[in-house]
Amino acid sequence: MSTIELRDIHVTFHEGGKTVEAVKGVNLLALDGEIFGIVGYSGAGKSTLVRTINLLERPTQGQVIIDGEDVTQVRGAKLRELRRTIGFVFQGFNLVGNLTVAQNIQFALKAGGWKRDQWRDRTLELLRLVGLEDRADSYPSGLSGGQKQRVAIARALANNPKILLCDEATSALDLETTEDILALLKRINRELKITIVFITHQLEVAKQVFDHVAVMEQGRIVEQGETFDVFSAPKHPTTKSLVGRFLGISLPSQLIASLPAGELVQLTYRGDDALEPLISDVAIKRGVSINVLHGNVEYFGTRPIGVLIVLISGDAGAVTAALADLKSKVLEFHVLDRAKIAAGATTTEAFADADGADNAGGAVAGHATADRIEAQQAQEEAR
Amino acid sequence: MSTWQILQSHLGEALWETFYMVAISTIVGIVLGGLVGVLLYLTENRLLCPNRAVNAVVGFIVNAIRSIPFLILMVVLIPVAQFFLNDPYTPSGGAIALSVAAVPYFARLSESSFAEVDPGIVEASVSTGATVPQILWGAVFPQARPSLVRGIVIMIISLIGSSAMVGTIGAGGIGDMAIQYGYNRYETGVLAVIVVILIVIVQVVQWFGNRRARKLTH
Repeated sequence: MSTIELRDIHVTFHEGGKTVEAVKGVNLLALDGEIFGIVGYSGAGKSTLVRTINLLERPTQGQVIIDGEDVTQVRGAKLRELRRTIGFVFQGFNLVGNLTVAQNIQFALKAGGWKRDQWRDRTLELLRLVGLEDRADSYPSGLSGGQKQRVAIARALANNPKILLCDEATSALDLETTEDILALLKRINRELKITIVFITHQLEVAKQVFDHVAVMEQGRIVEQGETFDVFSAPKHPTTKSLVGRFLGISLPSQLIASLPAGELVQLTYRGDDALEPLISDVAIKRGVSINVLHGNVEYFGTRPIGVLIVLISGDAGAVTAALADLKSKVLEFHVLDRAKIAAGATTTEAFADADGADNAGGAVAGHATADRIEAQQAQEEAR
Repeated sequence: MSTWQILQSHLGEALWETFYMVAISTIVGIVLGGLVGVLLYLTENRLLCPNRAVNAVVGFIVNAIRSIPFLILMVVLIPVAQFFLNDPYTPSGGAIALSVAAVPYFARLSESSFAEVDPGIVEASVSTGATVPQILWGAVFPQARPSLVRGIVIMIISLIGSSAMVGTIGAGGIGDMAIQYGYNRYETGVLAVIVVILIVIVQVVQWFGNRRARKLTH
């Protein structure tokens, strides 16, 4: 178990006279034994950020603090020792193709200073953990993608790390294999008490395993919090766009022309709030008609989030009253712009734009870190 | 002397001389050139031993030697051979010239074999906390091995070709024999036989190399 804290991390690259700021002042705190997720579109700086934790990428500025110790400037033997306590799992598996499964794992054991006569037992133990004990002498080319990733996980766990970093670890796998790998990582997190930092662009992954999530955009963390809270009430346009795309809610632009008059509204609600009775109550009370055009429910952890697009029509005053009723009962409420949807914008963009430049995200992110540090201190005091 | 008699009395020795020169320069090329190749690779790689100065200096020396045409390099090295040997105009003298050419050649060949190894493998290896020698021997080397074998084959074939040139300044070997008898004495038969032998040798070396490289690839 381990706590990871990044303080004001900047990573700047110089390439052919050009300066690229991949990470711009990131603060985050991954607590003991949790699965901390970082989501964002590709190019957001996630991969660079996660590499600063085991110093594959040394930050240009800022501090990497692991279990209260600043390791940012650690070098040589101490750096190697640190890396042994941090496993790393990659999108492309990165196994040595000309070595067998067992030899790939033994590479890590050798690095960790295990004695030769312990290799066999430890290798089998690790392969049993990932469910591949019969493939010790296979070469990676003979394995499926999911099996390769299991070997890579076994290698990453060889030296009993306290932290496991996963860089898009499931992004090269199909859906079913992704679920298997996620289940394995979740088990490792719970049974071996390993803190996991997992970066991905797939919300499918985020909703299944992340305890805490940070949303990254252009080198900055724009929003973070408990996974369900962030995704049920996204604040930053990037988060909204990610969630919107993931929930798959958008109306086809051709539909707009055929819709009767009325207000087009997107409602996001906690799925356990049961929205259907509310909708019929409001419709009856205000004498309006409410048509559900589109809907979806997704489970984040065990808790559902629902999204509905409804068309409210009727007497102008009644519609306004109905909107007010609904607004008070849901998490997110957006009146959609017909013209924008007809022009081909997704509903997500339609409401992201409606919010204008929402820069509250930065403040939210900073705040969350402060809260977490307090929570951690409380946790430590409790011990 | 008939063509047959010339072949009978000289071919065996000439083949041995060529084998001697190529074998020595190949071994020197693999060992020293391989070391220089490792040095170039390590100092170039961000995660291993990045050192721009060393990389630039070594790279410059390698390029400098490689930019001298072998014919000239060979002449330039005569005094060097003279320093080590009583008589530089022998197969040993030829071996020295060939070795000097082989080292920078194999340095570049091996460097490119190492550089072909997926950078992700290096990242993963570094992440296990392995030392640089452990990464080199345990991950980069096994992965680069088939490509290194192909590079060795390219070097051997190139050295066989160059060995004919050292023959012309008196180092002996099969190329020397082809020039002396086939060209200077108009023994077309000798020339033809030597050309056929060279073709066979090169084919056999390539065939063995390919087979070995395939066996090392998984």
